Amino acid sequence: MLKNFFSRKKKYATVTFEEDKKIQSPLEINNIKQSTNTSHDKIKDSRINSRKRIEDLVDKDTFIEYDMELKSSNPLDFPEYNLKIEKAEKDSDENEGVITGEGKIDGEKVILCVMNPSFMMGSMGSVVGEKITRAIEKALEKRLALIIFCASGGARMQEGILSLMQMAKTSAALGRLADAGILYISVLTDPTTGGVTASFAMLGDIIIAEPGALIGFAGPRVIEQTIRRKLPEGFQRAEMLLEKGFIDKIVKTEDMKRVLSQVLKLHSLGGDIDE
Amino acid sequence: MSKVLEFEKPIIELEKKIAELRKFSEENDVDLSHEIYILVRKAKQMKKQIYDNPSPWNRVNIARFQSRPTTLDYIDLFIEDFIELHGDRYFGDDSAIVGGIGRFEGSAVTIIGHQKGNCTKENLSRNFGMPNPEGYRKALRLMKQAEKFNRPIITFIDTPGAYPGIEAEERGQGEAIALNLMEMSRLKTPIISIVIGEGGSGGALALGVGDKVAMLENSVYSVISPEGLASILWKDASQAEKGANVMKLTAQDLLSMEVIDDIITEPRGGAHKDVDHTADNIRKYISESLPSLMKTNIDELLFKRYEKFRNIGVWQ
Repeated sequence: MLKNFFSRKKKYATVTFEEDKKIQSPLEINNIKQSTNTSHDKIKDSRINSRKRIEDLVDKDTFIEYDMELKSSNPLDFPEYNLKIEKAEKDSDENEGVITGEGKIDGEKVILCVMNPSFMMGSMGSVVGEKITRAIEKALEKRLALIIFCASGGARMQEGILSLMQMAKTSAALGRLADAGILYISVLTDPTTGGVTASFAMLGDIIIAEPGALIGFAGPRVIEQTIRRKLPEGFQRAEMLLEKGFIDKIVKTEDMKRVLSQVLKLHSLGGDIDE
Repeated sequence: MSKVLEFEKPIIELEKKIAELRKFSEENDVDLSHEIYILVRKAKQMKKQIYDNPSPWNRVNIARFQSRPTTLDYIDLFIEDFIELHGDRYFGDDSAIVGGIGRFEGSAVTIIGHQKGNCTKENLSRNFGMPNPEGYRKALRLMKQAEKFNRPIITFIDTPGAYPGIEAEERGQGEAIALNLMEMSRLKTPIISIVIGEGGSGGALALGVGDKVAMLENSVYSVISPEGLASILWKDASQAEKGANVMKLTAQDLLSMEVIDDIITEPRGGAHKDVDHTADNIRKYISESLPSLMKTNIDELLFKRYEKFRNIGVWQ
């Protein structure tokens, strides 16, 4: 599933998305504002930096980051994986593909995970799986709502089967969270594909997506190669998923905090009013 | 249908040559015993080399071999009174996943597995064992049913992957797999999952969250196909063999990484060489594993199942 992500540029040349630019403009505007750092990675430029997202979303000075020190090793001795990690660290200024922690959104305390597409396409290896699972377990322990911003090319192939198993691990943890009656909001940003889609991304009590986000299990190129024809316009975009009934709502980046706050407050309604 | 795998061909050739020499020697009364002895010894060496420790790529080929026994073959051989149950109750019936109820050594069980075809025609009707969302939803329906009636579940994994198609995406392939992962992890009945052929990515894992996870000796289980990996890394799908060698996808690799619990042995050369024997090995494995799972208190069972997957992962 990573495959498609890598070839996104190529894909868009074959599948015409007239609406593409228009739809993604909020993301771009937001990003231009903050992208003062010069990156070699074009993908990084067109998407929102995860730190910026947290800054926009979380009440000032309330974010406490978890597990910052967790870093990937090379369990399969996979060729050049160490180099790829080093490069990703340098390019993204992050240790891994997800930032996790707790903070307040409009005064509502939450556990927050924000995936980082500029770190090896936000792919999920052991560290991403572990950090997200720990965050879920923290939500369970503290009985706090959980929000995950997904952005991923899928499972990280350099960690082989260990990456695949992170899908089961995170989903199992979400099963416990669901049993405990704790709210989980999944926010799908561009792109959410592969093993992330087929695990925690699709398990939210409420699933929100950003306009125009690519969301799917198989990537567009794999599908095109399999069925040997061009994909219809708007295929695997947030708007299609809304139409097909797989997400609850499309929310623009600039409205995200307001909507999340509204949902969070509705879930703690009773307590707040009684007080 | 060919019963010979590509990497076996040198042996087959050599054995043919030996037979020819023997025939020639008998018919013409010429003593070729020394030549024959040398060739027989060589054949023995070759067999040892090829079969005793197949390369990862050769195992991929054994795992994918069209003659390799499938879910329904094993069901036929050790499940009595099997009744196949169909449909997901929402959209349709996916023939790439079969499931039903039957008896295993006298006790009622639910059996679910990916189903490949044993010939091209059947493979087309089975979509080469690549399920659509309704396949996973059928599987989940049958698993919930098993939970309701306190039946243990046996799953057989054998798929190149979930089907990458337009309709599959429109009907929520990702959601269907995700839900299976979550639901299987907390299903209140024992689950034994066995990879019998190809364990292709999320589409395989969607039947694989078991209390016991085992693999047949020559089956493979991976996050992406060797071809997929090669085309991403080296922009060349034909380097799949190289891909298979680096991605650690064999049963032996997975056991050493503690991702699976056990390996079930196959006859020399692969499961297809002696289907009855392979089926018997699987039967024995289930027979040995099931009673203790059935006896385990359900909370403990779920705790252990959770911990099993919870603990997978390696970092600095």
